Amino acid sequence: MTSATHRSAEEIGRTATGPREVPPLGEQRAAADLAHVDTVLGNGLRLLAVRKANVPLVEFRLSIPFAGDDPMHPATAEVLAESLPTGTRRRDRVAIDTELALIGGELATMVDPERLAVNGSSLASELPTLLDVLADVLTEASYVDNEVHRESARIGERLAVARTQPRVIAREALQRRRYGDHPYTREVPQAADVAEVTPERVRALHAAAVLPRGSTLVLVGDIDPDTVAADIERALADWHSPSSASVLPALPELSGGDALLVPRPGAVQSQIRLSAQALPRTDSRYAALQLANLAFGGYFSSRLVENIREEKGYTYSAHSGFEFTGSNATVQVDADTASEVTAAALLETRYELGRLGLVPPTAEEVETVRQYAIGSLLIATSSQSGLASQLSALASVGLGVDWLAGHPERLAAVTADEVAEAALEFFAPKRFTGVVVGDPDTLEPKLSALGNIAVERGA
Amino acid sequence: MAVPELTRLTLDNGLRVVLAPDRTAPVVGVSVHYDVGFRSEPEGRTGFAHLFEHLMFQGSESLEKLAHFRHVQGSGGIFNGSTHPDYTDYFEVLPSAGLERALFLEADRMRAPKLTKENLVNQIDVVKEEIRLNVLNRPYGGFPWILLPPVLYSTFPNAHNGYGDFTDLEQASIDDCAAFFDTYYAPANAVLTVAGDFEVDRATELIEKHFGDVPYRPVPPRPSFAEPRPTGELRGSHSDPHAPLPALAVGYRMPDPVNELDGYLGNLVLSGLLADGDGSRLQQRLVHREPLVTDINAGAGLFGPFEARDPDTFSVTAVHPHEVSPEQVLGALDEELEALAATPPDEQELAKITARWSASLHSEHDRLISRTLALGSFELLYGDPALVYGLADRIAAVTPSDVSAAAKALRPDARAVLVVEPAQGGTQ
Repeated sequence: MTSATHRSAEEIGRTATGPREVPPLGEQRAAADLAHVDTVLGNGLRLLAVRKANVPLVEFRLSIPFAGDDPMHPATAEVLAESLPTGTRRRDRVAIDTELALIGGELATMVDPERLAVNGSSLASELPTLLDVLADVLTEASYVDNEVHRESARIGERLAVARTQPRVIAREALQRRRYGDHPYTREVPQAADVAEVTPERVRALHAAAVLPRGSTLVLVGDIDPDTVAADIERALADWHSPSSASVLPALPELSGGDALLVPRPGAVQSQIRLSAQALPRTDSRYAALQLANLAFGGYFSSRLVENIREEKGYTYSAHSGFEFTGSNATVQVDADTASEVTAAALLETRYELGRLGLVPPTAEEVETVRQYAIGSLLIATSSQSGLASQLSALASVGLGVDWLAGHPERLAAVTADEVAEAALEFFAPKRFTGVVVGDPDTLEPKLSALGNIAVERGA
Repeated sequence: MAVPELTRLTLDNGLRVVLAPDRTAPVVGVSVHYDVGFRSEPEGRTGFAHLFEHLMFQGSESLEKLAHFRHVQGSGGIFNGSTHPDYTDYFEVLPSAGLERALFLEADRMRAPKLTKENLVNQIDVVKEEIRLNVLNRPYGGFPWILLPPVLYSTFPNAHNGYGDFTDLEQASIDDCAAFFDTYYAPANAVLTVAGDFEVDRATELIEKHFGDVPYRPVPPRPSFAEPRPTGELRGSHSDPHAPLPALAVGYRMPDPVNELDGYLGNLVLSGLLADGDGSRLQQRLVHREPLVTDINAGAGLFGPFEARDPDTFSVTAVHPHEVSPEQVLGALDEELEALAATPPDEQELAKITARWSASLHSEHDRLISRTLALGSFELLYGDPALVYGLADRIAAVTPSDVSAAAKALRPDARAVLVVEPAQGGTQ
């Protein structure tokens, strides 16, 4: 179509010399040790500061346990997160943005049922200013009326958009299916609740819940960890409380059950979301389970992706991965598929779950996922932001640099038998529950025929 | 940061090579950029460049289907590819022990990819699922990158849907694939980039060993995609079955990104001044002060800056409540642009944009994938990979009057306005 003469596809696919051997791997250099400080400050905040000086930047991740069982908590927390950087006694919204911009800085806040996260970065030489702004919003956030009302209105508009996103609809359905009415299910607040949030309520929540004790601060960048600890102790001296940040109540253990068909009339694509109980990173069997998950659906060369994407073309994206919540962990299996092939994709997904235990990963499969687990960790933590995010997740459950540095060794020690045991126990189809969100007219006849499906009525 | 040592060379078959060693972490990035994107698709084959990108992962003379993925991931690496208006890139990042393997994999598919009917049919299904996921089944799918170009541009290369229509995708044949490969995937039409943990001499040997015998083929003449600028305001609308709120995209033409780089950077700084951060002019006025919109963005390039040749698009997008009209948003935008055209911004306002760009470029290049891809695309589009490290200074050199001139050129009578209307008439 683009040139008058060209070779045929067959001619293109062969050369005179024929196929060649894939070269072996070379010698791998180890990553440099990370100079770091891991300490608890006077105000109860755990600080993990790591020197990684590739570029002249510094990244921080502040994670504050932020659970609440008041029905208004999710809405109030969302407004708090959006309004936190909108003003203090010393600085208004524009002053905060200007001061951050001039140091190449950013500050972002996010909240979920478990934690309030405040993340930021700037040029490393400007860390004192970044810390000053951070301390200011933590101790002096003013939540002036017009800023709070404006943020509430924007959140209401964004919620309208979010609740039309298939992945948000599917997530809310999965959360209800897994955990009923546990506070953990309230990830996206109700617009009506957001509209009722008052500045007084936000200020009260800040005073009661934005607390250093039990929180973690990870700092990664072109810094000296030894001196930075004292700098941070000084900068955050006014942030203190005898109380501890509020920890989410333990999640109930998941047990298996029918997947629920959640109707979304007219949808051209469905969301398959299955979930089962897994193991936290602190468990001695975690590394084996991690490898079993990779072999199942945790990376592109997995059984699930090769089956429902590369062989059958049912999906663009299929994936399985862990979700860590407090000391709990679950595994999720996700795929988005055209309505016509959704039941077939669910059948193949269940087949692969069963097969993982009954026909466990071969020694070659285990070697491949082992290399992938070690290599992708090395890649993810080779940038400042990647390392900061990884360490923040670990610090929140009491782990740190030693766990990260020791993980390649744990992965290297896992045997194929241990992977097979983990696969049989944790990926058994009967342990899974979940949802399928999609067009009921197309899905119901085939899913009903497949079985182990419940149908949501009167939605 | 010290500017890293850059080595450039060209093999006898015309393959251009960029080497950027950095031994601070034991990982290496490899990318190949081919000088063809969706602007080069013929009529009747929309989406073909992207579909072909999928096929390049499906096997080659030495590798069965699925083997490419297994070899990269089994070396501890990650991989992907992406299709842009003017180029298509393929990349992997691996622990540095995997360097030779990555070079082998890229060379093998450049030399002899296996293009089969079975894989084509399978990947047409996968691409259709990708389009359902990213466009058809989601609110604001394809906004604005698919929806705005047909309003702003009038020629097929610039105006058509780069993801492609299902009917065009289904008609793609193996012979189309063979023609596309032979025309555009010649070594002389590509740039190989290696960045990260390696030694230049050793890498050069390995590159010669694996790519050296990929036969030379002539490079197709690169057509100009130039077309006249709009001579009036162009309007379009799109009914979105999933969107709960109306949205608006405004598209303008910009200076040539390659041959008028400083003018282009003036637009880049202008976009930051308008919409980057709470203190920016449009955020201040339209989100916080008046307020008319939920969110507003402005940017040079529909996929980000520096990823296309001329013509390229400056865009402003906003989502707004039903009770606000597009004219109110446009009126405020025009007033802010006129104010900037009449009175240049002060130095501090510019310093904010400059410092944020400097930090964000450092941050982007700290990720090896981003650094590798940036070096490759700057070699391909600009013939100058070192520009990656000079950008922060070039951006800092933009003056208040440059920004003023950029604002003055964004005229109401030479732009496209796309309105997205919620098909269900409101929030559920």
